[in-house]
Amino acid sequence: MSRPLPHDAASLHVTGKARYVDDIPTPADCLHLAFGLSEIAHGDIDSLDLDAVRRAPGVVRVLTAGDLPGSNDVSPAAGDEPLLAADTVHYIGQPVFAVVATSHLAARKAARLGRISYTERKAVLSIDDALAANSRFENGPIVWSKGDAPRAIKAAPRRLRGRIEMGGQEHFYLEGQCALALPQENGDMVVHSSTQHPTEIQHKVAEALNLPMSGVRVEVRRMGGGFGGKESQGNALAVACAVAARMTGQPCKMRYDRDDDMTITGKRHDFRIDYHVGFDDQGQILGIEFTQFARCGWAMDLSLPVADRAMLHADNAYFLPDVSITSHRLRTNTQSATAFRGFGGPQGILGIERVIDHIAHDLGLDPLLVRQNNFYASGGDISAIRKDVQTTPYHQPVEDSVIRELVQELSESAGYAARREAVRQWNATHPLLKKGIALTPVKFGISFTLTHLNQAGALVHVYQDGSVYLNHGGTEMGQGLFQKVAQVAATVFSIDPAQVKITATDTGKVPNTSATAASSGSDLNGMAVKAACEVLRDRMAEVLAGRHQTEAANVRFDAGRVLVGNKVYSFAEVAKITYESRVSLSATGFYETPCISWDRLRGTGRPFYYFAYGAAISEVVLDVLTGENRLLRVDILHDVGNSLNPALDIGQIEGGFVQGAGWLTTEELVWDETGRLRTHAPSTYKIPACSDRPDIFNTALYDNENRAETIYRSKAVGEPPFMHGISSFLALSDALTACGETYPALDAPATAERIMTTARRLAGDET
Amino acid sequence: MTDIVFLLNGEAQRLSNVSPTHTLLDWLRETRHLTGTKEGCNEGDCGACTVMVTDNSGAHAMNACILLLPQLNGKAVRTIEGMSGPDGTLHPVQQEMVEKHGSQCGFCTPGIVVSLATAHLNGETNHDDVLAGNLCRCTGYAPIIRAAEAASQTSAPEWMKEDLSALDGIAVATSPFFPQTTDALATWYSQNPDATLVAGATDIGLWVTKQLRELPKPAFLNGIEDLRQTETGPEEIRLGAGVTLRELGRLMADLHPSFAAMIRRFGSVQVRNAATLGGNIANGSPIGDTPPPLIALGARLHLRKGDRLRDMPLEDFFVDYGKQDRKPGEFLQAVTIPRQPDNLRVYKVSKRFDQDISALCGAFNISVVNGVVSAARIAFGGMAAIPKRARHVEKALTDRPWTQETIATAAAQFARDFTPLSDMRASADYRLITAQNLLRRCFEEMNGMPVNVLEVQA
Repeated sequence: MSRPLPHDAASLHVTGKARYVDDIPTPADCLHLAFGLSEIAHGDIDSLDLDAVRRAPGVVRVLTAGDLPGSNDVSPAAGDEPLLAADTVHYIGQPVFAVVATSHLAARKAARLGRISYTERKAVLSIDDALAANSRFENGPIVWSKGDAPRAIKAAPRRLRGRIEMGGQEHFYLEGQCALALPQENGDMVVHSSTQHPTEIQHKVAEALNLPMSGVRVEVRRMGGGFGGKESQGNALAVACAVAARMTGQPCKMRYDRDDDMTITGKRHDFRIDYHVGFDDQGQILGIEFTQFARCGWAMDLSLPVADRAMLHADNAYFLPDVSITSHRLRTNTQSATAFRGFGGPQGILGIERVIDHIAHDLGLDPLLVRQNNFYASGGDISAIRKDVQTTPYHQPVEDSVIRELVQELSESAGYAARREAVRQWNATHPLLKKGIALTPVKFGISFTLTHLNQAGALVHVYQDGSVYLNHGGTEMGQGLFQKVAQVAATVFSIDPAQVKITATDTGKVPNTSATAASSGSDLNGMAVKAACEVLRDRMAEVLAGRHQTEAANVRFDAGRVLVGNKVYSFAEVAKITYESRVSLSATGFYETPCISWDRLRGTGRPFYYFAYGAAISEVVLDVLTGENRLLRVDILHDVGNSLNPALDIGQIEGGFVQGAGWLTTEELVWDETGRLRTHAPSTYKIPACSDRPDIFNTALYDNENRAETIYRSKAVGEPPFMHGISSFLALSDALTACGETYPALDAPATAERIMTTARRLAGDET
Repeated sequence: MTDIVFLLNGEAQRLSNVSPTHTLLDWLRETRHLTGTKEGCNEGDCGACTVMVTDNSGAHAMNACILLLPQLNGKAVRTIEGMSGPDGTLHPVQQEMVEKHGSQCGFCTPGIVVSLATAHLNGETNHDDVLAGNLCRCTGYAPIIRAAEAASQTSAPEWMKEDLSALDGIAVATSPFFPQTTDALATWYSQNPDATLVAGATDIGLWVTKQLRELPKPAFLNGIEDLRQTETGPEEIRLGAGVTLRELGRLMADLHPSFAAMIRRFGSVQVRNAATLGGNIANGSPIGDTPPPLIALGARLHLRKGDRLRDMPLEDFFVDYGKQDRKPGEFLQAVTIPRQPDNLRVYKVSKRFDQDISALCGAFNISVVNGVVSAARIAFGGMAAIPKRARHVEKALTDRPWTQETIATAAAQFARDFTPLSDMRASADYRLITAQNLLRRCFEEMNGMPVNVLEVQA
């Protein structure tokens, strides 16, 4: 355990032998699909002229909503997302018909030949449009509160109001969405899908084919990146392939061309957050009101839990005594916004970090000081008297905070104070190039907020030669989950991780799985695998103890050997003995997260088993003439508990930071006035490139065993580091404070244009 | 349809009846089932499909998704499947990528490995430049750079060296499809003015992969050696239209280093290895990055139709959006740049530094003698329907003292020269104000003030 071993598939990755869905050899008669898409943002379909599509070379069949044998729905829950639009289209890019052809290219070419006539309806595109039209999910805004925020704000010595707009984000997983359906005897279906949620694919395919879930098996060996974008967005491809395979009797495959992928699929929700805060002369927040506006797109998808999580992170690492959070979930005629690493958390956290930054500017204090004046009390300081424990806005006690000591350690190791002074001096002598520095913390809640999802299963076999076959419900999208879980199994058996066979996620082996999401993969599946392995180890020990007429407790598994008395066996020998003793060497394991309960409607309870903490310092430079800017140095200290694999954890932290920084800087989604996404390819949508990473990039793990009884006392790591990117955004804001007296109130993403425009506004040059 | 020959991972291939729109990527993945090379974007922007292509100018990383099979005629292609040794020994880049945790999801990894291994073979160690065309969404690049640095301490394995002589004795195809000389091209094209001339295909490739167009009558120009020649004489520099951006960047490094610095940000290594100077000019894009500096340098175009030659100042070639002063059957043969002291400053502004299309690109060629502007040539891309000179600004500078006041007066003239548009890259306001600010940047830079964020350190 805790060894920095490489990703289990690293040698396959580097040789090109790692197989993704599109790489799976297909039978010779495999057909290929492409969608014909809506060209308008909102309207009723009057007629579909698909003659030219049907006549196009290679076309075998064309499917419309009326051709579907079963359910026409690919939504994760709400039932509001038809696979193919039947009457009404809700955004530019919505699938209206599907082409089944002899090649991928033939399908793409034919899909462009469809002629759809519409009666257009007014499109609701922006947050303001949606508010004006009262276009929303749920009946009205959701409000959670603690104490009496308006009273506290009114009584506070100082008050501020403000607003921040923050853009969405395209996942840009390098492997686009892809699915392959293989028809089986008796109408059954096997589906290979690039998905974080095989059980949901199974469920949706079964509904579409009028099959019980047992008639559908879904397999996922790996994804080429997911980031939340493959939690629900793969449903359409898998269902379309399965339906086409049912109708043609041939294997069917579909992958989106990149432009289609970005046009069709959902992205991170863009948000507007308004705030009204009361505070004292030290910047301590006394009362605060947030109003969060989330642009959810046309269908519900996962927007409600995303918006919930934004509310659940409106405090970040700060104790807010009197607080009220209002959340509007707005329905617009754009792609249905979906899960994306952080799942609303980043938006909520950026809101409070902006508030802190604004307060510091108002008081002329170092923002770090204001942060420190508001941090939750340390877990170590909490007395035994429970009533002293500070609670979150949703009334969960914060008992495990290490943010004070973690931030102290980071600010010292990275020389924050001296560097802030150096930045000040630089800015005094450089009229065109301004530097900025910022430290931001993160406290991220770990668990699915839909409580029943916090469960996992595993299936482990030991073969008579001592080799171990490992399967669990988690999916591998690059995060190294399979390697971590294999290390768990190897630790239980005390064998080399190389002896553990990692296998594809398969709904036929572990049923009813949750999506690999919410950073929960190793917490849940690691525990389930540990449970299964312990059952097997105990059976093997029992058999061996019986043979030696001793207790199982006296059998020791150690470094690939099994010791009993003074006799030494190899693990393989014990496996063989156990088999020959007619004892099962196959076991399932199961895990449910303890101690959590959550009343979503009232906004109260303990939605999170524990919190993960971290902090980052970014230093930047910007050019006031053009707004061009660069990250110069980043220092991160992050809490992963007892690391299951430090190399993989650092990989998550570095990668999460850069992705978070990209969200808030160069990654800009632009829709035009008709609702068409204009940034639908890497030529126009700019994720960070190699040279955008900071020149100096220090990442360290904070020494902090998880207080909660997680797998080997580790902590989840997938999402929390994403929020470290906020430090780079606030460092840019800090640099802008050198351009004028007023608060920059920078919106995100801070593109060169937005930075230059803000600098001009601050300097009073705006025309 | 024609036949081509090339090497694939060291083995000779002869393909018959090749469609001019068949991409190398589709052929590798669908025909040869070599699925290590990935499709990430199908437009040459992500690098997941990077392969190593070797010709007599050396080994170059290129994007297989926009490489049309006929472009490979006579060359050697090495894919990720050919990066390890014949006995399976990992390439040092592969070994270090494993040991330094350089892969997470692994999908960009084959392209990253090929880019790094090609650079490793060529002894290039500026890894940020080498990887500018390879996007990774998982790692934040840090471990990839650690792997690249570690691998650069090792020498290139023998198996990476291509032996193009293996194609000797296998006739490389020649036909109107593959003209071998400029003369042959001139004759054929004047008789077939409806043909499509394909050089690097970094633009035409997208006609194929994104617009799904056919190329009914193509001619592939990469076999024409004399179109790729450069000559640096005492009076002028002559650049064949087939010179790649890579070669142009190398040539400009000494003559006009600011031009070279901009070219480092033009596309990516993969794009610069394919894209040609002629293509960047002749496609007439308002946001092509070579015309502004070339116009500022006073470059002339040399066009040819059959035996008839004519030349013109580069700025006169661009007539209007999508319209150039080029007759049917006429093609761009060369560009000449007058030799001059280097006063050129080129500023490319985009959302991302590397591999991004310019929001605007400004080139300033300003001579100051005894504190007075003796000559000014200023040109911009991204500010109008065509690459265009800022003549009012030039006039407001010329013969005036080189001072803040002059700059301020001249900057106001940009609004007379340009009425830019708003699009997903930038607003019209941003373009206009930034153009003005770039004049100020030029002034401050010539006075020795730090102006470049890329040169600042923590």
